[in-house]
Amino acid sequence: MITCEEVQERVPNPLAAESLSEERIAYLEKLVSQARTAAAVFTQFTQEDVDRIVKPMVLAGLEQAQHLARLAVEETRIGVMEDKVIKNMVATEFVYNYIKDKRTVGIIREFPERNLVEVAEPIGVIFSILPITNPTSTVLFKCILAIKTRNAVIFSPHPNAWRCCSEAVKIMYESALKQGAPEGVFACLESHTLQDNAYLMRHKDVGLIDATGGPGAVKAAYSSGKPALGVGPGNTPVYLEKTADLNTAVTDIVLSKTFDNGTICASEQTAVIDDEIYDVVLKKFADLGTHVCNEKEAELLARTVIDAKTGFMQPMAVGQKAADIARFAGLSVKPGTKLLIAPIRGVGRGHSLSVEKLFPVLAVYRAKSVDEALKVCVDVNHAGGLGHTAVIFSRNDEIIRRFGELMNAGRILVNSPGSVGAVGGVYNDLPPTFSFGCGTGGGNSTTDNVNIYHYLNIKRVARRIQAHMWFRVPNQIYFNMNAVENIRQFASRSTIIITNPSMEQLGHVDLVRRYIPEGTHVHVSVIPDAEPEIKVVMQGVEALNFYRADQIIALGGGSVIDAAKIMKLKYESPAADLEELAAPFLDLRKRVIQYPTEKINRARLIAISTTSGTGSEVTPFAVLTDKERGRKVTLADYSLSPDVAIVDPQFVMSMPKGLTADTGIDCLTHALEAAVSSYASAYTDCNAMQAIRMVFKYLPIAYEHPRDEEARSMMHNAACIAAMAFSNASVGVNHALAHAFGARFGVAHGRANALMLPHVIAYNASVPTKFLPSPYQKGYLAHKKYATVADLLGLGGHTIEEKVKNLVAATEQLLDQLGFPRSIADLGISQEEFERAMPDLTKLAFDDPSWRSNPRMPLISELAELFWKAYQGRGPAKVAGAAQEQTSQRQTA
Amino acid sequence: MIAAWLKIDEERVVQGLQEAGEKLDSIEGEVALDFSSVRRIDSSALRAMEEFVGMADDKGVKVVLRGVNVGVYKVLKLVKLGSRFSFVG
Repeated sequence: MITCEEVQERVPNPLAAESLSEERIAYLEKLVSQARTAAAVFTQFTQEDVDRIVKPMVLAGLEQAQHLARLAVEETRIGVMEDKVIKNMVATEFVYNYIKDKRTVGIIREFPERNLVEVAEPIGVIFSILPITNPTSTVLFKCILAIKTRNAVIFSPHPNAWRCCSEAVKIMYESALKQGAPEGVFACLESHTLQDNAYLMRHKDVGLIDATGGPGAVKAAYSSGKPALGVGPGNTPVYLEKTADLNTAVTDIVLSKTFDNGTICASEQTAVIDDEIYDVVLKKFADLGTHVCNEKEAELLARTVIDAKTGFMQPMAVGQKAADIARFAGLSVKPGTKLLIAPIRGVGRGHSLSVEKLFPVLAVYRAKSVDEALKVCVDVNHAGGLGHTAVIFSRNDEIIRRFGELMNAGRILVNSPGSVGAVGGVYNDLPPTFSFGCGTGGGNSTTDNVNIYHYLNIKRVARRIQAHMWFRVPNQIYFNMNAVENIRQFASRSTIIITNPSMEQLGHVDLVRRYIPEGTHVHVSVIPDAEPEIKVVMQGVEALNFYRADQIIALGGGSVIDAAKIMKLKYESPAADLEELAAPFLDLRKRVIQYPTEKINRARLIAISTTSGTGSEVTPFAVLTDKERGRKVTLADYSLSPDVAIVDPQFVMSMPKGLTADTGIDCLTHALEAAVSSYASAYTDCNAMQAIRMVFKYLPIAYEHPRDEEARSMMHNAACIAAMAFSNASVGVNHALAHAFGARFGVAHGRANALMLPHVIAYNASVPTKFLPSPYQKGYLAHKKYATVADLLGLGGHTIEEKVKNLVAATEQLLDQLGFPRSIADLGISQEEFERAMPDLTKLAFDDPSWRSNPRMPLISELAELFWKAYQGRGPAKVAGAAQEQTSQRQTA
Repeated sequence: MIAAWLKIDEERVVQGLQEAGEKLDSIEGEVALDFSSVRRIDSSALRAMEEFVGMADDKGVKVVLRGVNVGVYKVLKLVKLGSRFSFVG
């Protein structure tokens, strides 16, 4: 026996609990228990099982349509029996037609291209409130939906429609049971009260409330704390626009407004008619058996059918015949009058007939313009009909579009009756329903025509997808000695050579000019020997504009080529906002900012690199220095990649030692970072690994023997190959640290990389504190990749840890060989100064997009730790060991 | 220690449980019911299971269900009966 205390726990509303007797509670608990059991048993049913049960239920409903319609009218005294038969048939046949081929059990939808499937899960127990206006059709509709979706329902009919509803439930239940549905799947409350409803709405075993009823019931449902479907009141405006087919429009409105004596809440309430057609329309209404009231008659009518105190329709008028209403109001109308039409001059207070009227009374408004008509429709919509339905008769697509945008209605029907049109499946392709969601406008959770999907929890099984990747590099790369001769093949009217002073001094500019086709106007634009600033870039753009260049040759190191890339961008798309284009992003394919594709000018960019190197001749990146804010700005987009790359070692033969070392280590860093990047692929790995081998072999030679053509050529190629790798796999935290440090302390990029490199290798190879989400890789691989590098370099070691350690040692040895400082402190930066700079350094490094492809996600504290390790350095120079011996052997080979 | 072991036939779940209920007086400790042939369970079977476990609880006998398939297991969970049984195999 359930005690009052237990009830108190279950039903937070003590008022409701206190009003219920123990017997009543026991009765309600039994209903819920049976429904819960039925719903649980139902979960075992297959699609075939439920479909086998549904079809005979539909047929049973169709056979009993007339019987139920008669019962409904007899009991409720509302509506038209013949129309209720049609409603019952729509609720069965049309609903079945919509749902019969739809899956509602197990996998219901598959999206193979997205590796996603949707799976149905029943709600369980649904508590359903029924209306007085469409009692039996709503029962039939909900029973069919419930069985199709394997749910159990407890019905709560309107007190004045209990007999017809319970009869409908009985017919549906008996048919379902006969076909094997679980016992207790449907139940109908007997002579219930509001307290019963409140109790069940709050019951822990009720999964969903489906409230098709008046505002009170809907509000109670949404206030219960349970998921709920509700409906809202309607106040449907219908706009008769002057281009409408008037015969169809008038017939449809009369049909709709008189259907079941206007009890469907989607039926038209106020017709807003363009002035040009107003009189004709009213005449057509009159021809179809309607009575158009004069002013006095309209007043009498309003006093009869609208409650003066509340402003709402009188309940006793709902679903009554027009002739009866006219008689009550004291109007004299022709026999057989089916609709009363009352002209109004406004909406809202003082215009009482502008509200919802669920009976055959239609207000009409003469609108002098389209704007006025739309405004009045908005007023009607807002006068108690938000979210419900709106109707327009028109052949003007633009006005239909405006109407659709302005109306706050879940159903906006075009050239069709409101009531029957909103039901769906008759005049349009809306899902058939007897429950109209009105969205937030009506205090509902949906604007949909409630259908099977609202009776399901839809689960999504999302399999991991193998995101497609890419490998993009310039489609023309010319390499080896004298590759510059290939410039001959590129015709140009006006070529600008972007270069730095040393290239002119070394005679490289003249060398390039030699191969530019005759007849080409050539201008040389010299920019300073430093990482490009915005000011310098814009000066270059001026030159491009002045000479109307169609070709740019960038001859220089990374700075010059980067500057040329940005000049080209601004020249081709002057409106490009560099600040905006440098906006951060996580995934290149999902980035917010798109690079411009529309170009006012076009210029081919040929990049000739003179260092080995940044590889900028093939990369989609360009780095600018923002001196004012002391930071680097990185632009990244494949549209920045040069059109042609020339990797000609004759341009690097005279690189001084320092530059050779700096750019060579930059190349090594590119390759190592690309190798372990979370974007690494088979395509980038082969390039990265090859570049690493080439650097370890040839960089020391190029450094010690700068005239060694082979070493220079191999290093030059290595830089390009490494760049091809990182152009597609990106770099990592080493670059983020180097960018921040280099910009802050004015240290060359390669040198800054060198200071971080050994520490970063050790960092990436150890177990991450935090993993960076990466759909491209399975498992953590950085330490294994480093071990593979160690194997490729022949560094020895039996375990991954040993191999990584050997790689770090080999790297340090290489740095020593190239004369790099062992620590940041060695650069003369004091500890105090470095400490002061630390907050900025870590912030800049963390803001740098470079680390987002790092295999390990760096915490800010870890960035600081790495900076400090680089500050303190890598200890005394390593004595020659196995790794160094092996390096020597390779050099002499 | 298992004091009794009974196989429940899918076609006779209610009867099987009723028969098991009649034997409870002579069982000590534990009774195991083999549900491996029961593919689906209906409302009457659920009621019978609830009655049986109620009787077993009154007599201090633990009820173990063997070979319950996942669909039936889910049904028992949904009607809050799951926690009243032990499950094996």
